[in-house]
Amino acid sequence: MTASLPDDLTFEAALAELENIVGRLENGDLTLDESVALFEQGQRLATFCQSRLDAAELRVRQLVPDSGGGMRIEPME
Amino acid sequence: MSAAAYSVSALTRHIRALLDADPSLRDVWVEGEVSNLTRHGSGHWYFTLKDDRAALKCVMWRSEAARQTYIPDHGDAVLAHGRIDVYETGGQYQLYTDLLRPAGRGDLHARFEALKAKLEAEGLFAPASKRPLPAFPRRIGVVTSPTAAAFQDMQNVLRRRYPLAEVILSPTAVQGDDAPPRIVAALDALNRYGDVDVILLIRGGGSLEDLWCFNDERVARAVAASAIPVVCGVGHETDFTIADFAADVRAPTPSAAAEIATPDVAELAYTVEDLGGRLALVMRERLAEGYRRVEAEVRALRRLSPLNRVRNSRQRVDDLLVRAARSLSHVVELRRERLEARRQALIAADPRAILARGYAIVERAGDGLRLTSAADAAPGTALNVRLHKGRLRVSVKERDIS
Repeated sequence: MTASLPDDLTFEAALAELENIVGRLENGDLTLDESVALFEQGQRLATFCQSRLDAAELRVRQLVPDSGGGMRIEPME
Repeated sequence: MSAAAYSVSALTRHIRALLDADPSLRDVWVEGEVSNLTRHGSGHWYFTLKDDRAALKCVMWRSEAARQTYIPDHGDAVLAHGRIDVYETGGQYQLYTDLLRPAGRGDLHARFEALKAKLEAEGLFAPASKRPLPAFPRRIGVVTSPTAAAFQDMQNVLRRRYPLAEVILSPTAVQGDDAPPRIVAALDALNRYGDVDVILLIRGGGSLEDLWCFNDERVARAVAASAIPVVCGVGHETDFTIADFAADVRAPTPSAAAEIATPDVAELAYTVEDLGGRLALVMRERLAEGYRRVEAEVRALRRLSPLNRVRNSRQRVDDLLVRAARSLSHVVELRRERLEARRQALIAADPRAILARGYAIVERAGDGLRLTSAADAAPGTALNVRLHKGRLRVSVKERDIS
């Protein structure tokens, strides 16, 4: 059980983990301590997901060939 | 002279009238090869349509020529539309052309079907090779022209629907002869870059010729070969291209491609809210159940506690004491009643009480014998008579023993 959320957590992973946690809680079969810990983690994940949805702003960049024959990405406008 | 000779003008007018009388010549399509195209300074076009056995003089006036996006080259097979009329001054009938287009249309369809059949036979469109799209694309590669309206439309859809994503544009031309190799290069660039979850190959609507680069074999092969799943959204709903068939998913329009490739944040927000609600609910239930269980255990504990047994024992002692006290007082009461009865009996038996009722005790004075028979007291015998109060000394005067 993680005490907090990993830095590189994606929305997708957070949502999947939240679904998993709700499922496990709904199935019961856990000690109360486990339930409480899962609940707290679930709340963190729900808050994370909501904040990601609220804060999301589409970023647009483009691939630009560089002189070395490779590529880099640049912001557009 | 059997008949008057026509003047040249009159004959020409007669011929013109004959041609004019045929409605089919006023609205005619002609297919042929362009030669001797002259685009005159006046803006009019003059050319000849030929096939292997005949030639037809053609003219296209400036007003029509200005509307032509397609400018034929010498030798192009074209379809021309117009009316047949006579140019009297030149003594020529010619096609007054209002529309010219490449005759390849039927040819294009044939090439489309041929390429489609060939690639299909190769298995390039096989359903089994279609890959599922990621449910939550983090990076969306887009192959299109940065100036295309379709690119803006797609961004608008993503902003509204899934702004969590990042768009990586791989710019290319999407029209013209050099478009196919550039589209292939743009797809290749995204594949080499690698860090995108899905590719949208998009272009807005246009003519069949405009969209033709998406029917290019090189493009179709690059789409099929992409390591990253490709959604193809070209033109309008009715436009099908070879690239559509080669893509993992065909979208009817560029905007639809953006929708197909992404989940909707509104739905996701609802899902998150629902999960949060279920989370809180299930936790409340778990806690309530916990409380119930704790309470049940507390009750059981109370029942089983040694303290409880002590309490019970004490109560039993109390009970016994009460019962003991109760039975003791009962015994006492019984005894008291019996005592009283005895006392009453005793009182009843007290000779003094008898004496009080008027009886007397008679004793012989000599020996104190208590007399119960006259036989024991001869006349002259001294007797003591005990009364309730005081004594009498008497002597027997006579006796009657009977």
